[in-house]
Amino acid sequence: MRPASRDTAAAMRASAIHAGYPGVPVLHGVAIEVAAGEMLAIVGPNGAGKSTLLKVLGGSMKPRAGSVELFGRPLASIDRRELARTVASVGQENAVAFRFTVLEIVLMGRAPHLGAFRFESPHDLEIASAALDRFDLLDLAARHVQELSGGERKRVFLARALAQEPKIALLDEPTAFLDLKHVADIFACFRELCTERGMAVVATLHDLNAAALYADRVLLLAGGGAVAYGTPAEVLTAENLRRVYETDVYVGRNPSTGALIILPAALPNARA
Amino acid sequence: MNPAAGNPAPQRNSAAHLTRARLLSILAALAIALIVCAAAGAMFGSAHISLVRAFSDPASPDHAIFFGARLPRVLMGVIVGAMLAAVGTALQALVRNPLAEGGILGISGGGALGAILALVMSAKLGGGEAAVPLCAFGAALLSTVAVYRLALVDGQLEPFTLLLVGVIFNAFWGAAIMLVNSVVNFYYAHSILFWLMGSLEAPTYREAAIVAALGLAGFGVLLFRARDLNLLSLGDESAAELGVDVDRLRRTIFVSTSVMIGAAVSVSGIISFVGLIVPHTLRLVFGADHRLLLPASLIGGAGFMVAADLVARVAIAPAEIPVGAITALCGGPFFIYMLRREGRRPLSL
Repeated sequence: MRPASRDTAAAMRASAIHAGYPGVPVLHGVAIEVAAGEMLAIVGPNGAGKSTLLKVLGGSMKPRAGSVELFGRPLASIDRRELARTVASVGQENAVAFRFTVLEIVLMGRAPHLGAFRFESPHDLEIASAALDRFDLLDLAARHVQELSGGERKRVFLARALAQEPKIALLDEPTAFLDLKHVADIFACFRELCTERGMAVVATLHDLNAAALYADRVLLLAGGGAVAYGTPAEVLTAENLRRVYETDVYVGRNPSTGALIILPAALPNARA
Repeated sequence: MNPAAGNPAPQRNSAAHLTRARLLSILAALAIALIVCAAAGAMFGSAHISLVRAFSDPASPDHAIFFGARLPRVLMGVIVGAMLAAVGTALQALVRNPLAEGGILGISGGGALGAILALVMSAKLGGGEAAVPLCAFGAALLSTVAVYRLALVDGQLEPFTLLLVGVIFNAFWGAAIMLVNSVVNFYYAHSILFWLMGSLEAPTYREAAIVAALGLAGFGVLLFRARDLNLLSLGDESAAELGVDVDRLRRTIFVSTSVMIGAAVSVSGIISFVGLIVPHTLRLVFGADHRLLLPASLIGGAGFMVAADLVARVAIAPAEIPVGAITALCGGPFFIYMLRREGRRPLSL
């Protein structure tokens, strides 16, 4: 059941995005569309503008030109607390000042649903516990975040995003520094959320194989512009990747599953 | 996922997050400790008094000492200590740095200069007694905003730049105060020194009431934003993504902490380190949630200040040490200890 044919408005649509920092234009004319229940992977070399695009989509950076719409409504017109109930972001850096426990961090995801001083209800605790459970963190609930490994901390922030109960999740390199099992678990989890809740997921990824394996659509960015946009098989071709990454790439199929696999193909001593 | 069967762990471990019951029991325990400190502060001092006579005979010296000297002083200690500790907590949340504090960042120093200028000017030009706390507030606000802006490097708050800017501000305000001191006549010299050292000497009930009202107003505003202060610990961007209007929150903290510091400084001068020691200790024991930490610092700071002032009064009785000297003597080593800890594991407290 592919959501591409839905007649409802896309969960997130961005068109002709131009954005950057003062004096440093990063993105020029990037467009994306993600339907509810779909996972979009943004790939591309370092400095291609992946994180910047994610910031624009999340509303933390204003584009110089172009528009972002959530379910047909302009992003700029949505109140920030309502936006926080619709979109959850997990950045690359997850520093926490002060010794909060894992559960406290995950409960912070409930903030956009709660009043100023109200205590979390049993319902909020249930949601937080379920989020902890999804990411295999229940045993760490009472630990301080500072005591955790980088990978564990990453999962805490993913769980916090989940506790927000968003309709759209924006993940910046969600699996960087994670081991194979947790990479697989995290993607499996977000795929489940896509199907169960119709959540739309946009993730920047360095790992092209993960993009090939898990994403419905892939946006290949280079130098702040879109090089290709479509299904993994359409976008992740040897030719596209060679052009963008400026190195030889082998694209094949996993003989046992038929899944797309991408390998570096440049030999260290073969300069011919 | 069935929550009823699936995940009992967080509920079982009540220390993993703040509940209303935990908040109330901790605050009650701290309140009892404060009452004990306040009682000790009122009972003991350089002179021995009989409580029975103080209450039964309004003409006795015991009555005069108890109601005229000790009680207002304990009251002022409660108010000033409560405010300084709560302000420390809020400033630390704002800059995400457990080493931040009104005295260390030079905000109290700015407030003191404002108060001194108002004092000198109003004697010359005439001006209500409101001029002193008003100017202290204005100067504190100016210092807070300036310190914050100067510590921003590429839009990021640099923890050590922040502390260095605080050092410079302190030196600068100190020099400016000495300059005023050498220009004005001898009559003011004592009050100026009093401001530099910090003391709870000879307050009146009226002063105490005004400062308490200002302090409670500022504190109420902060308490209302306690959850947002928690979210600020994740960084400005993450807090914004969770629905916090960070710019507005920042302005709210600037203004309410400056009101509180301005009020405290205009009656007690610069008392440093209370806002460092108290929140840090409480955070270590009870956790980082500001819904607990803010009211806990309020009560804990009050108790700490009354205890420090008691030491200041009895240590070398009948002479008296300025209470600011006591807190600085405790706070200096404490700060070094925290700085060394922070160096190992940056910004993690």
